Amino acid sequence: MSSPHEYIIIAGCGRLGSFLARLLSSDNKSVVVVDKNEEAFNNLTEEFSGFLIGEDITEIDTLIRAKIDKADVFVAATNDDNTNIMVAEIAKKIYQVPKVIARLYEPTKQELYQQLDIDTICPTILSAIAFKEIILAEEE
Amino acid sequence: MNIIIVGGGKEIHFLAKSLISKGHKLTIINKNSEDCIILKRLHEKAIIVLGDGTKPYILEDANAHYADMIIALTGKDQDNLVVCQIAFGLFNIKKTFANVNDPKNVHIFKELGVKTVISTTQIISSLLEERISTEDIHNLFPIEEGNITLMEIDINEDSRVIGKKLFEIDLPNDSIVGCIMRNNKAIIPRGDTTVTLGDRLIILALPNVQSEILHTLLEKVE
Repeated sequence: MSSPHEYIIIAGCGRLGSFLARLLSSDNKSVVVVDKNEEAFNNLTEEFSGFLIGEDITEIDTLIRAKIDKADVFVAATNDDNTNIMVAEIAKKIYQVPKVIARLYEPTKQELYQQLDIDTICPTILSAIAFKEIILAEEE
Repeated sequence: MNIIIVGGGKEIHFLAKSLISKGHKLTIINKNSEDCIILKRLHEKAIIVLGDGTKPYILEDANAHYADMIIALTGKDQDNLVVCQIAFGLFNIKKTFANVNDPKNVHIFKELGVKTVISTTQIISSLLEERISTEDIHNLFPIEEGNITLMEIDINEDSRVIGKKLFEIDLPNDSIVGCIMRNNKAIIPRGDTTVTLGDRLIILALPNVQSEILHTLLEKVE
């Protein structure tokens, strides 16, 4: 089981990042959310009790300020696939963060980055599967 | 060689022209349709692909399976990284070049497997710094990704090394005078070659001793 002191960095505070931050925060994890657009922090609700950093995640200094060397989990959830890939790789290969997950919109990129030991979640594929299951269930 | 360039607007025209004139087969991928039209007009021999070069299927359209080299020149460092990684990982292109805008990304990209990383920002700023510090340097080329520099320095009337033999000049250990241009003739100097007014010294050196060399050669006679 994971410890309650687990330290999680979330890059990107859009719909996915902010929702995930809220879930993890109410589960007593210590969470830091990074987004270059400080207005994005409005997506967070009062339940969120973590820290915020309003800087560009692609700058290495931002990652250092977020204490990436101490992170147990790193989530790349910005709205740009390539930004997610780059920061996820830096987290995994340079800072050896144990668990790194990246959101990728583009399904065809997934194969390569799974080889690089980065977990990827592709909303396109997940929703397609969910749709399919509903459609097939109705047919029965 | 089959070469793919990803991204780049007007600034790649010169590169494209020079690669085509050397007989390379060039494919340019650009996601801006207006840029593509201009590129096609200027470089009839090149294949122009409209699309996002960070996507595997666009690279496939550009015949990446048959490419020998890929050059990533988009304005975003993360896009350039992904281009090179997909090119290497999915299409087995061995030679990958990425331009980075943030010089801090140079060593990061190398750790992440990009073969050659070029930081134009770094090159330009080092050039500017040297220009400002003295006008007697004519050229300064970073070689081997900036690990070595080649300098051309003119000896003016104020220099205190005029009339001295090379072995008498106390140049730093990590530098060597490779050639002296005198009256449009190249001289390969030896230790007993005398430096005269108007000489242009061509010096190979490590970057960290550049300023010491300038100091030694150009400091005024007290």
